[in-house]
Amino acid sequence: MNAVLTPSSLNELSNAVRSASRVLAIGAGTKPRLGEAEAVKISTTKLRGILEYDPGEFTFTALAGTPLREIVHALAESGQHLPFDPVYVETGSTLGGTVASGLSGPGRFRFGGVRDFILGVRFIDGAGRLLRLGGKVVKNAAGFDLPKFFVGSLGRFGVLGEITFKVFPRPAATLTLRLRSDSLESTRRMISEIARSRWDPDALDVPPGSSDLLVRLAGPEVALSLLAREILGSFPGEVSATAAELWKDLREFRWIHSAGVLLKIPLSLNTLVPLKNAVDRLPDSRIHFSAGGQVAYISLPAPEAATPLVTDLIQLGLSGLTLRGAVPVFLGARPRPEIELAMKSALDPTNRFPSLDA
Amino acid sequence: MSAAALSRLAALLPADRWLTRPVELAAYESDALTAFRTRPLAVAVPESAAEVIALVRLCHEFQLPFVARGSGTSLSGGSLPVANGIVIALNRLNRILRLDPDERIAVVEPGVINAQVSLAAAPHGLHYAPDPSSQSICTIGGNVAFNSGGAHCLKYGMTANHVLGLKAVLATGEVVEWGSPSRERIGPDWCGLFTGHEGLFGIALEITLQLLPRADRFHTVLAGYRTLEQAGDAVSAVIASGLLPGALEIMDALALEAARAAVQADYPPGCEAVLIVELEGPREVVAVERERLQAILAASQPVEMRPARDADERLAIWKGRKSAFSAVGRLSPDFIVQDGVVPRRRLGEALRRIAEMSHAAGIRVANVFHAGDGNLHPLILFDGREPGALSRAEALAGRILQMCVEMGGSITGEHGIGVEKRDFLPDMFTAEEIECLQRVRAAFDPLGLANPGKMFPGPEAPALTQRGLHPLERAGLISRI
Repeated sequence: MNAVLTPSSLNELSNAVRSASRVLAIGAGTKPRLGEAEAVKISTTKLRGILEYDPGEFTFTALAGTPLREIVHALAESGQHLPFDPVYVETGSTLGGTVASGLSGPGRFRFGGVRDFILGVRFIDGAGRLLRLGGKVVKNAAGFDLPKFFVGSLGRFGVLGEITFKVFPRPAATLTLRLRSDSLESTRRMISEIARSRWDPDALDVPPGSSDLLVRLAGPEVALSLLAREILGSFPGEVSATAAELWKDLREFRWIHSAGVLLKIPLSLNTLVPLKNAVDRLPDSRIHFSAGGQVAYISLPAPEAATPLVTDLIQLGLSGLTLRGAVPVFLGARPRPEIELAMKSALDPTNRFPSLDA
Repeated sequence: MSAAALSRLAALLPADRWLTRPVELAAYESDALTAFRTRPLAVAVPESAAEVIALVRLCHEFQLPFVARGSGTSLSGGSLPVANGIVIALNRLNRILRLDPDERIAVVEPGVINAQVSLAAAPHGLHYAPDPSSQSICTIGGNVAFNSGGAHCLKYGMTANHVLGLKAVLATGEVVEWGSPSRERIGPDWCGLFTGHEGLFGIALEITLQLLPRADRFHTVLAGYRTLEQAGDAVSAVIASGLLPGALEIMDALALEAARAAVQADYPPGCEAVLIVELEGPREVVAVERERLQAILAASQPVEMRPARDADERLAIWKGRKSAFSAVGRLSPDFIVQDGVVPRRRLGEALRRIAEMSHAAGIRVANVFHAGDGNLHPLILFDGREPGALSRAEALAGRILQMCVEMGGSITGEHGIGVEKRDFLPDMFTAEEIECLQRVRAAFDPLGLANPGKMFPGPEAPALTQRGLHPLERAGLISRI
């Protein structure tokens, strides 16, 4: 099954879905493991473009194959942004791939992730029907929230054609502090304190290879320097002079083993240190904690290294998603309630899309 | 059939928590959509998740419909009972199971009152953001079922944006656990799908909520305008400036008149509309932004601007705003409230058309709305003692909803479809889309037992009897947005 279909309209997308008994949509391939299932691939490359954008509405609608780069650029021209700080922007990620993979960047700390900004979708179900659910306005409570369900559903319940998002005004300035820490335990305590503080940080990340905490502030420039002074009075550290590059390296995953395994593991503060200890036992492993210690990205040099990690994940009650590398898509504890199968049959009765685990 | 079912169900609970006498059932016959009233077969009052699970599994076994209910504040008739089923009242599942300031989460049972969460979190400098106007009485379980909103949705989103994890019993009897204390997740977003299910999927038993730090400074401004249009233009100017206020609210002349009469609210004289803008954040940030806001509002030709000088003045501004709905009850014996949404740029046009429709129908309409997100709340005033008045008011409400859809908006921003707006679902979605929603519903509830008659247009027409304010509304304890 090497064929790749390249529909250029939503009608063609619907036909593409109907054309084979097993299909999977792919975007730019920046999270290659998610598109590896045995299926005829439907590339969204030609489903490209922003269809509606009215800055006064705080919303835009774009075709699923639109590169994030184009969107980020268009929003910036009107002084707006996607506050969840999408990843792999320069690498070429598409909007649809971002929704299907459910990946948010460091900025998700403040106002939430992809799920918190998606408003509506037009998608093709397993029977080839083009359906619109959700809405195009910033507030809407009509019907079940399938747009949210599609976030992280890996194209296994439907193919996204068109997506509407909420956006926010872009803060006038940002300022990043690098707070010194020599152990992850003390970093954990710093995160706990700063996340609850009045300072309203925009991002709180622990970059790979260090226990230091990056604190990004966003808002009017004058205010940020006052806040920075107060924070640096409470914690040792300094204003980062290379912040732009630092965040870009994290967002674009420039720190990973290029031919290795990349995992996403949601966690909370009480599993931060145990997970780090488990990962440190694996040779040449790298880890980035993002969004105030709510998610870890782990890079391993080779698939074999993932095997011992799975035992630790199960013990810690955690589960992971494989973005790159030859290991199963889901690792660790993943319950499989009956409702998952029932939902699959509701949206994809003939299993035209692969299963979540494929 | 149902007699056997009822006796098996009754055996699950002590006699004082299984209500069947008409006098006991009366309190459960309707919710805040007071125009509808139905007497259920019985009301179960479980005290634990295990009891809820047992009730739902027996209902499934006997194919007996059930309606979950919290405080009964749904404005769309979301917890209206069904005559051939039971009500499961969740008020006694009211424990905050865990409040973890380190993880910034609260794990609560469905009967916990919304405002109690913020109250419990306050000593840690945290709060629970969604704030429906009924927050002093509505429950988290109901908030989850209807994805409730509030005055701060533009910046903080709705209930769904704050639910991190759920344990629920589905209508099939299956017990599921989704999400975790983490704000991040992998796989499909089941919590996102469940929130806003309008009671059609099952019953949430434990809900993990995210808590946010409380802002250390608020800056609230009330500005009066000669026309609604000027107030609307001021909203556009604030949005265009790049500020992101926590709240942007407008009240029109009729709503102002009501608030003046009810809580002696003081508004600038000669104003057809009042705009309330609230900034919040670290004081250093608010100090900069309030100057910008001041300049923007000054340029918007207000009759008068009144920034709150202290916490008391801020509370007074909000008191007037939040009392607006119960206050309207003084102007008219009855009213209907809708919560349609229009694109923000069309707010002025929407209000003009509502005024025209109101004039043409000879029915007074007061407007109080979340201007920042285009969420209208027209209050349609009528006197139910006049023959045909209710149906004329409903017809006007329907025309307003159709206008919202035509303008590219939604028939509901935060109240949900429920019983009230189910006939308007086809205005928003095609037949194929509604079928898709029905297949999703059937996946969770193949027998259609959980909260039947809600969301989807259908033959089950509930009885129309009661009129007037909800008793709690009359007492000023709750309001409708």
